[in-house]
Amino acid sequence: MSAVLSVRAVSKHFGELQALRAVSFDVHAGEVVAVVGPNGAGKTTLLSIIAGAQRPSSGSVGEAGDSAAVGWVPQELALYAKLSVAENLRLFARLERVTEPEAAVARMLEQAGLAPRAHEHLERLSGGNRQRVNVAAGLIADPPVLALDEPSTALDPGQRERLWRFISARAASGTGVIFSTHAVEEARRHAARVLVLDEGALLFDGSPQELMARAGEPAGGDFEQAFLSLLKDGDRP
Amino acid sequence: MRWLLGKDLLILGRSRLLVALLVAYPVVIALLMGFAISRGPSRPRVAIADQTPPGQVVEVGSRRVDVHAYVRRLFSQVKAINVATRKQAVAKVKSAEALAAVIVPPDIATRVASGINQGQLELIYNGDALQQSLVQSQLRSALAQANLGFSEQIQQAAAQALDALLRGGSLGVAGAPRLIGLRQVPPLLRRILAREPPGTDRQALEQVERFAAFAAQNLDLSKKVLASVGQPIRIKSVLLHGRRTPLDTFAVVAAVSLSLLLVCVLLGAGGVALEREEHVLARLLRGLVSREALLAQKSLLAAACGLVVAFALLAFVSIFVALDWSRAGLWLAALGLGSVAFGALGVAIGALARDVRAASLLAFLLSLPLAFLALVPSGAVARGVYDTMAVISFVFPFKACLQALDAAVNGASPAIAGSLAHLAVLALAFGGLARLGLQRSD
Repeated sequence: MSAVLSVRAVSKHFGELQALRAVSFDVHAGEVVAVVGPNGAGKTTLLSIIAGAQRPSSGSVGEAGDSAAVGWVPQELALYAKLSVAENLRLFARLERVTEPEAAVARMLEQAGLAPRAHEHLERLSGGNRQRVNVAAGLIADPPVLALDEPSTALDPGQRERLWRFISARAASGTGVIFSTHAVEEARRHAARVLVLDEGALLFDGSPQELMARAGEPAGGDFEQAFLSLLKDGDRP
Repeated sequence: MRWLLGKDLLILGRSRLLVALLVAYPVVIALLMGFAISRGPSRPRVAIADQTPPGQVVEVGSRRVDVHAYVRRLFSQVKAINVATRKQAVAKVKSAEALAAVIVPPDIATRVASGINQGQLELIYNGDALQQSLVQSQLRSALAQANLGFSEQIQQAAAQALDALLRGGSLGVAGAPRLIGLRQVPPLLRRILAREPPGTDRQALEQVERFAAFAAQNLDLSKKVLASVGQPIRIKSVLLHGRRTPLDTFAVVAAVSLSLLLVCVLLGAGGVALEREEHVLARLLRGLVSREALLAQKSLLAAACGLVVAFALLAFVSIFVALDWSRAGLWLAALGLGSVAFGALGVAIGALARDVRAASLLAFLLSLPLAFLALVPSGAVARGVYDTMAVISFVFPFKACLQALDAAVNGASPAIAGSLAHLAVLALAFGGLARLGLQRSD
């Protein structure tokens, strides 16, 4: 598989605070990668650097940080409440300079299962539907990589399930997906690879099974316990 | 940038209450301020107990001044509540129906007519320091005006008496003899002197004739002296530069400038802060739109809306106040650059604030004092305080806009070009500040 995203030795500091320490990894086409770690590990900083919303202090992302190649779904809902679902998607399609914005909006409404709600104002939608619009806005330009910052936070199990069906379908069609989450079980369930970040350092990069093995947990054991063991014993620079 | 502009117009169109408030509030505030500037203070309610007997007059020479008419004239600057007794007057003050009471004593005519005593009025008042100050200044002003009128009457009576002395005739006082005029005395004496043989009597008559001629000449000057004593100082107004701006048209200019300030600053600040509050700013600024383009779009939208509201307000006011429409091009220039500078100030506030509420509050907290400071006239406060206010007014666009619009509407000085250049510089400076504020995109 070819790499659709290359992160090379990315570091970021805010004054004295070192948020990321020389993080390197690749994301391949159709691959779903989870970034897990405790609060303040640097997950959001990493995702926003990948999306081009922040610049790294050193290192590089993709092809000189080409933000157009990355669809971004920020942690907070980043849409206009007074606009309808279709109007929000149309606006971002135009801002992303999509060649045929109306076709892209129709396609995205269909894929996200939002066509019946196309003309409803965002402020009248449920949290789950809003988050699907948020993801759809990130995908409107059909980017090869989608970066999602804690996409399922504040969703109920049913809404979460519908959201993951939508994201998995995109991955199945070749989009590389990288997402951050607090819920390590969600990472095991939906990701082929897990990146464990702590204090800005990449402690682990491998499959969920490899993480279990590294932590000395049996294959059907407690994934969260394995994650905590890794945090406790992991080597940090 | 046009897609963002379209989006903002769509959102504004759907926020009708917000737009109505955004237009109505500045217009109402501006009109109230304009009304307050163009009108003097309202007349305070004062209870008047006139205890002088009916029909009482003060006689000054041949003139008779009706005391009641004098009292009416004295209190024409207040809203008089007439009462019969001092007790009733005090009750009106205590019940707050009147701000003050004035008692006109029964002996006032006698005292004034005596020529050696002053008439005396009793003032009773209540209320806070501001109200007391208002009543005192209004009554002192009324008394000064009435005294001036009274002294004019005395002066006219004296002038009439002097005329009678000079030209001859009656003094107008009952029973007084008809006088020979002082001017007629020297020729009369000269006729007698022509027949008088030289000697002591002739020398004495010649002295009287010289005195009469001298007295007639100098008495003629006395009328002018009386006039200058009656009103020793008069005001002659000289404007150093520019054209005098009538208070009502200046009030229009101030009201329109305030309206423009509020619309532009609130809309500019709210527009940028809304992007941050909706968490869209980071999504936009990751390459979809540049910071400069975003700020330019927000400030131009705010400026365009402010310009429309301000021009409409100016056109509406011109129905009631005569404005020179041949200068409309200059109005647009002043309003245009003023709105851009206000828009830039607004986006700077929006870029520095974290959400719409904070931005709106900051916009209000900044705008209203700025307008107030720019309207304080020099000399109304201590020099140091005024200099400080002048510096603050210089670094914010309200005063420059006020001056530009005053020059455009009224042809007032300073010239419009300097104010427009000032506004352009301030627009760039606040644009730069907004760019710094937008460095943080979360």
